[in-house]
Amino acid sequence: MSIDTDTARRVAKLARIAMPEEHLPALAGELSAILDFMEQLNEVDVDGVEPMVSVTPMRLKRRADVVTDGNQQDKVLANAPDAREGFFAVPKVVE
Amino acid sequence: MGELSRLTIAGAREKLAAKEVTSVELTQDCLAAIDAADALGAFVHKTPELALERAKAADARIAAGEAEAMTGIPVGIKDLFCTKGVASQAASRILEGFRPEYESSVSQKLVDSGAVMLGKLNMDEFAMGSSNETSTYGNAVNPWRRGNDDAQLTPGGSSGGSASAVAADLCLGATGTDTGGSIRQPAAFTGIVGLKPTYGRCSRWGIVAFASSLDQAGPMTKTVRDAAIMGAAMMGHDPKDSTSADLAVPDFEAMLSGDIRGKVIGIPAEYRMDGMPGEIEALWAKGQKMLSDAGAEIRDISLPHTKYALPAYYVVAPAEASSNLARYDGVRFGHRAKLGQGDGITEMYEKTRAEGFGPEVQRRVMIGTYVLSAGFYDAYYNRARKVRALIKKDFEDVFADGIDAILTPATPSAAFGLGEMADADPVQMYLNDVFTVTVNLAGLPGISVPAGLDRQGLPLGLQLIGRPWEEGDLLNTAYALEQAAGFVDKPGRWW
Repeated sequence: MSIDTDTARRVAKLARIAMPEEHLPALAGELSAILDFMEQLNEVDVDGVEPMVSVTPMRLKRRADVVTDGNQQDKVLANAPDAREGFFAVPKVVE
Repeated sequence: MGELSRLTIAGAREKLAAKEVTSVELTQDCLAAIDAADALGAFVHKTPELALERAKAADARIAAGEAEAMTGIPVGIKDLFCTKGVASQAASRILEGFRPEYESSVSQKLVDSGAVMLGKLNMDEFAMGSSNETSTYGNAVNPWRRGNDDAQLTPGGSSGGSASAVAADLCLGATGTDTGGSIRQPAAFTGIVGLKPTYGRCSRWGIVAFASSLDQAGPMTKTVRDAAIMGAAMMGHDPKDSTSADLAVPDFEAMLSGDIRGKVIGIPAEYRMDGMPGEIEALWAKGQKMLSDAGAEIRDISLPHTKYALPAYYVVAPAEASSNLARYDGVRFGHRAKLGQGDGITEMYEKTRAEGFGPEVQRRVMIGTYVLSAGFYDAYYNRARKVRALIKKDFEDVFADGIDAILTPATPSAAFGLGEMADADPVQMYLNDVFTVTVNLAGLPGISVPAGLDRQGLPLGLQLIGRPWEEGDLLNTAYALEQAAGFVDKPGRWW
């Protein structure tokens, strides 16, 4: 399986990482090498094997459906690059 | 300076209890050692005021007769752990300026037990790397050198700063995290002990997530006894992590008898890799001899899917990383790129992530995105999860046959030079994890114990792998190995 520059461009877009056009060929090469390494997995007979969901067999715990946290807007916003009037601020998303 | 920082945790605990030394004195000595060791790049955020404040509190607690095992012990904390009010960046530019409003559960447990945090430790960015060369802070450096050669060596990764700090006696112990070998490989490269507990032993809450089904915190210490002491203080059930095991943590230290008579140690044929250096093979044979001399039975075993562990890991880990790292979008915390005229929210995401993530992190996020994308999910991700189930079954089968622990080399080589792998393709670097990654995929406990020096005078480690939840038994076998190996060498001080 080889990744061409079109696929590399699409993957970068999906991952929301800006990638200059001139970097795409090298990136495609690196990603292809990693995927080639993964091709070994095709040698394994996995018929009838269930994909692993959890490494330690345990039932997920449940907690009571009650409010346990909250009322800390200032702490939630404390690390925001841009916070205004109690909100996270981002560039305009609706025209 | 450096007299007290050279102590082990057990040794310091004794001196504290006997009032021969105070936690403030211990802490001051470590702080001085840290300030004199900037060349190692181990501590990246120093917290001397906080340390002295906690040391004073610890001294008061000791005076009141309320000391616990870690009370007054100065430790370093890997930058991956969120520490309240103290920079926590996962060695990434994208978390520049981030000061959490909360404390990770593991570091909180250490605070509660009275341990003293000296500062935050260098690491590979988001714990992705095997040489500490992907850090935004620059390299951490191994205190060990090849004889008189002054070439700088890697302390391993991703917990490179933790390993370097403990090996250079800047602190008495340090926290690490291990997703594919990130505690055990750096421990082996620096001649210290590194324990990765069973998945679920240490809470993941408040630790910056890399691959959630594999990540596990653990202690990095000078001795096996210290790993038992510090490990027990880090472990335990936490309702804030749904995968945290609701099991009691035994008194590991009390289990260190060194008696391993009748234990069955498995030697997996598949770990005998082509092109393995003779010194690694000889060390492995020496380890078998030491355990057998101590009364254990050595048995050849087979773990047939070993070869597929690395490729399975490099599907599963990036897939989980691409999902976990989606939160770094420049909105809620950390770095946001400067935007141009007319840039919208998509440009903000894309530019922020391009500036904030280093090349290795970008690569892994994109590989993860690819293997999870429509049309490839079954071929890569689901297949890797099936292979992972087979790898786990390999271990279950040998444990069912009566194997108590498995002995392997910890790494395929001694520490290599910083920059030496710069031109290698990414897969070459991934091979560092070849002996350790199976343990994460199967969720088992593993420990790296220093066992000797190579021809160039660099430390080499052996790995022991235990049954799930049986860290106590594993630590005892490691203790027997440590006693037999008698490794006492220290790096000569050049920094």
